[in-house]
Amino acid sequence: MNRVLGDWRAITILLGPALLVYTLVMLVPILWSLGYTVFEGNPITGFTFVGFDNLAHLFTDPRVLEALVFTLKYAFVLTVLQVVFGYLLSLMYVFWLRRASGLVRTLVFFPVVLPTVAVALLFQKLFEIVPQNGLVNSLLNTVGIPSVDWFSSPDSAFWVIIMMDVWRSMGFYAVLLYAGLVDIPEETLESARLDGASGWKLVRHIVIPLSLPVLLSSIIFSINGTLKVFDSILALTNGGPGSATTPLTLYMYQTSFTYGEYGYGSSIALLLTILCLIVTIFIFRSSRRDLTKG
Amino acid sequence: MTTAAKNVRRRVVPVAALIGAGTLLLTACSGSGDGSGGSAPTEFSYLSLAENTAVQDTLTGLSTGACATQQEALPLSITTQPQAGIDQQLQLLGGQGALPVVFAAGNSPQVIKDLDSGGQVLDIGSTFDDLGIADDIIPAAKSTIEALYGSQIVLPTEFNVEGIWYNKKIFADNGIQAPATWDDLLAASDSLKAAGVTPLSTAGKDGWPVTRLLGNYIYRTLGPDAMQKVADGEAKLTDPEYVAAAQAVADLGAAGDFGPSVGSIDYTTAVNQFVNGEAGMFYMGSWILSVFNDPAQNKIGAENIGFIPFPEVEGGGGSSDQLAANIGVPLGMSASAYDEKVGDWLTCIGDNFGTDSLKNQGVITGFTVNTPVADLPPLTQTIQDAAAASPESVLWFEALFNAKATSTSQTNGSQLATGALSPADFMAKVQADLGN
Repeated sequence: MNRVLGDWRAITILLGPALLVYTLVMLVPILWSLGYTVFEGNPITGFTFVGFDNLAHLFTDPRVLEALVFTLKYAFVLTVLQVVFGYLLSLMYVFWLRRASGLVRTLVFFPVVLPTVAVALLFQKLFEIVPQNGLVNSLLNTVGIPSVDWFSSPDSAFWVIIMMDVWRSMGFYAVLLYAGLVDIPEETLESARLDGASGWKLVRHIVIPLSLPVLLSSIIFSINGTLKVFDSILALTNGGPGSATTPLTLYMYQTSFTYGEYGYGSSIALLLTILCLIVTIFIFRSSRRDLTKG
Repeated sequence: MTTAAKNVRRRVVPVAALIGAGTLLLTACSGSGDGSGGSAPTEFSYLSLAENTAVQDTLTGLSTGACATQQEALPLSITTQPQAGIDQQLQLLGGQGALPVVFAAGNSPQVIKDLDSGGQVLDIGSTFDDLGIADDIIPAAKSTIEALYGSQIVLPTEFNVEGIWYNKKIFADNGIQAPATWDDLLAASDSLKAAGVTPLSTAGKDGWPVTRLLGNYIYRTLGPDAMQKVADGEAKLTDPEYVAAAQAVADLGAAGDFGPSVGSIDYTTAVNQFVNGEAGMFYMGSWILSVFNDPAQNKIGAENIGFIPFPEVEGGGGSSDQLAANIGVPLGMSASAYDEKVGDWLTCIGDNFGTDSLKNQGVITGFTVNTPVADLPPLTQTIQDAAAASPESVLWFEALFNAKATSTSQTNGSQLATGALSPADFMAKVQADLGN
């Protein structure tokens, strides 16, 4: 084996294709996009060199600030909610439902496999007001509350997006965290119980510390996924009303492909990359210390 | 085989494998040859707006009628794209050199102008000259196209005038006269609200029906050159007189004249509100005649629908006989996909589209009606007469904007109507994206 791996030709054959695919579909577009940041134009009109104008414009464009604030707010709120709900579900699977959790796990996981656009259409119909009330407004009417135009106000549209994405993703985090919880040795739990720990005390002092690594993985998964949200918002609100629910990704897409400003769109992409990098580094650094001694 | 030859082969095989894999990947990544994009097209591909069925239906009708021979040589193939995403789709297809043979020209005229400056769009004017069918486009449509696009690069599959349609029966039942001035319109709206009818059915979700009102109000108060001044940088949308126009539209929303939940009403719902008798008035272009003339869709009956131009504003510099006119979303054609068979289709379209569209869809186009259409629906005749009587036409709010300002205006139109965005903020947002 050592002889095979010591041979550069073997390494080339084994690694080459994967490296080539990775280079072509990841590195080349990233570098290409980075190059675009100093140009303006599009393939139709041609490109002109503008130096650092695009990057400077990022700091003066109010729509970038609006999109950045929305992206961070969305990422924070959704990460907290989907990880908390996922964790609660996983605790329920392990400590309450136990062996009978199979059916519930399947049901809660079901939205994860549904296409995003289908889920978005479902929620559009649920929260519809015209041409007829959706289920939510009908329920509100039955208890005497007038119908609400959910998608016309930035705040209500935001919470509908959050609700949809929590429903869609909590099953995934529940399964992920469930895998971490079932790894906790039964003896440890048993001895804690013998020492008098039960209920919240058991969770606080034994379960949470022992499941922290998988909890941290969930948070990293979640925050990186939510910072890059695109499809669910595009399908549900298309960034509206106005541009109130437009994340950086959607603004980047509109700038590049609707306004034909590839250079500025790439600059927004660069901003998003730096944002993801900062958040990931921050989480990794904080995970270096032993969290079980926290 | 010698050792040297073996060594060479050992080196060559992995390199060849790598090159092979790379070539396969590059092939997979390159654009598909869907009958256009340089090579001779295998079908007469048409990228249509999902919302516009009139052009699709007319082309389909022609393919089985007057253009059956052309259909046999180059079959018609229609794909659709929602209007909100058409600009993106065209930019992407244009970027890949993969424009279909015929395509809806986009929300912003700037998109096809860009495609044209990149040499990707067929020069319809000179092509029509070459085909000997230059007379197939009416002069009024030619001049509108040139005002918008600089040259003749689109097919005028519609020639629309815009204005306010009203339900004659509801107006009569409530003793309301067709409004001649803006104040009349406000008074009529109050009466309609009192009668429990939505005064002005408006597709706020789509944005543009709201900004159409804004554009018209600007033309009526500041005169027919008001938007040209903005385009030339002589005036700004943030100037008080322009903001006042946005305020007038926002006031309609605040007074409930668009009805509840205007921000969630899409085009279809707005049309349905009017043709089901739930709204008294409806601002729309004459393309809507295809719906009004269809008894299956129009429950109130075409005889119950009247048309008035956008009313005058007291003391304003514009006049109500300056009808808002447009050529709808016209069709552009790919320059690289043009060949003899496409030319045959084009000749057939030029000769027959105007007649067929008027006869079967009730839609007035910019094509010459080569065969007179008997028994034209009275409402269609009224509109044709109104268009002919208009001494001067005006464009719409975003007609002279770039793609970014057009998108900003239309996506924020709903917020102007719902009051979520103040008139001053709305105008400032659009002005910021105009870049002048």
